[in-house]
Amino acid sequence: MAKVPVQFTLNGAEKAEFIDSGTTLLHALRDKIGDTSPKGGCHQGTCGACSVIIDGELRLSCLTLAETCNGAAITTTSGLSKGGVLHPLQRAFLDAFATQCGFCTPGMIMAAKVLLDQTPNPSRDEVVEALSGNICRCTGYEPIIQAVLTAARSNSQNAA
Amino acid sequence: MAIRRGRGVAAINYPTGMNLGGDPTQALVHSTPTGNFMVTLSSVDLGQGMKQIMAQICAETIGVPTDRVVVDTADTDTGPHCMGTFASRGTHRAGNAVIQAAREARQVMLEVAAEELEVNASDLETDGQGNILVKGAPQRSISIFDVALSAHFKRGRSISGRGMFLIPRSYPEKETGAMKPSTCYAHACTVAEVEVDDETGEVTVLTVKNVFEIGRALNPKMVEQQLVGGSWMGISHALYETTEPYYPNRDHGGTDFNQYLMPGPGDLAQTEIIVLERPSADGPYGAKGPGEMCANPQIPAVANAVFDAVGVRIDTLPITPERILRALKAQAGAPN
Ligand code: FES
Ligand code: FES
Repeated sequence: MAKVPVQFTLNGAEKAEFIDSGTTLLHALRDKIGDTSPKGGCHQGTCGACSVIIDGELRLSCLTLAETCNGAAITTTSGLSKGGVLHPLQRAFLDAFATQCGFCTPGMIMAAKVLLDQTPNPSRDEVVEALSGNICRCTGYEPIIQAVLTAARSNSQNAA
Repeated sequence: MAIRRGRGVAAINYPTGMNLGGDPTQALVHSTPTGNFMVTLSSVDLGQGMKQIMAQICAETIGVPTDRVVVDTADTDTGPHCMGTFASRGTHRAGNAVIQAAREARQVMLEVAAEELEVNASDLETDGQGNILVKGAPQRSISIFDVALSAHFKRGRSISGRGMFLIPRSYPEKETGAMKPSTCYAHACTVAEVEVDDETGEVTVLTVKNVFEIGRALNPKMVEQQLVGGSWMGISHALYETTEPYYPNRDHGGTDFNQYLMPGPGDLAQTEIIVLERPSADGPYGAKGPGEMCANPQIPAVANAVFDAVGVRIDTLPITPERILRALKAQAGAPN
């Protein structure tokens, strides 16, 4: 089958690949480009582990065809830390022990990032709503909710 | 028709590990040329933090900082035997094996240091920071880094140790059937408060208050994390989880994990955790297994709370609205 070219920026860096038509973005990111931060949990849009940010919006990379991402700006959890300094969300997840096996964590952080980008000071209910598409089997969610609320507070302190 | 409140309490004893014809775990510890220590296990860390705990145990026993220890797990082709990570046995069984292996390695390390310092190995102690000192004369010391170099390149010694922890098989006594399946028990007690809608059968868990007695908490923050997640899982077992949810026609039933119900972030009970530490006699540094037991007491506590609320005993899990409504009907004398 003929390959199709696809070009986008991943965490600010230009990426160009030839892929089979029909390749999911999840597959392209993990197995072609080598960014394994998005996880494949269900491959059918129900667990949120594969979440990435495409042009500012939260997207499930398992349900997104890579060839539809031409020209897009894609952010994954592996692009969040800057110069070895963790993103406030990553810091908060660590400090709150909001990750155990870690499989849900990159997706949770993506969902939380989009929330905080759009709603810097969310209520608890807004955090719950934002995370409700992401499944975690380990933590019981409460530490994750607390981590997102903490990151929001530290963001607003830094902004002040 | 009304929302009814109830409160239930339950207490459990929970064995650490199980005994199916002998329950062994083995461990190997060796130093690298630069005095880092490697723990080899075939036990699995599935997110509960076993690598961290084994590193702490090894470091404590040898007398080095935890970051000097690397733990390699989960390869049954190359690692020493482990029965597996289940039945809350990881910390207890593998931890004991690591202590034994680390003690043997420490002994060799002290012997090499003794040769270098020209003293008796029994006169040496570690400072926990990577140095070996002569007791009472700490100015005479050698770094573990230099001891490892000497062992490797000068003295031809392997700073290593073998560890084995085995709970032997327990046979039931012929007369009484009595046996000793486990040597170590953790304990827990939960009080749950629920609301039950007696029209829809829906249960909302308002609060769960848990007390866990888990021996010594080797890493208190990780223990807390395990217990918070476990408490949530207990409620999940009590009210949600089943591979065979009730459907009039099986064709409409769940076919994949994405139809396997668990409480989401919007369904959380207010949760309280209290940890009691009573070091166990045969655990590594007094630890017991907090793993699975932490998801148990919530189940009978919720069942009791439902009984307190609406007066029906549900004896099949999960306690679904459908089961509650059937029981309420039966209680009212109507045919099912
Ligand atoms: S892998 Fe994409 S939602 Fe589960
Ligand atoms: S930490 Fe394991 S699934 Fe969330």
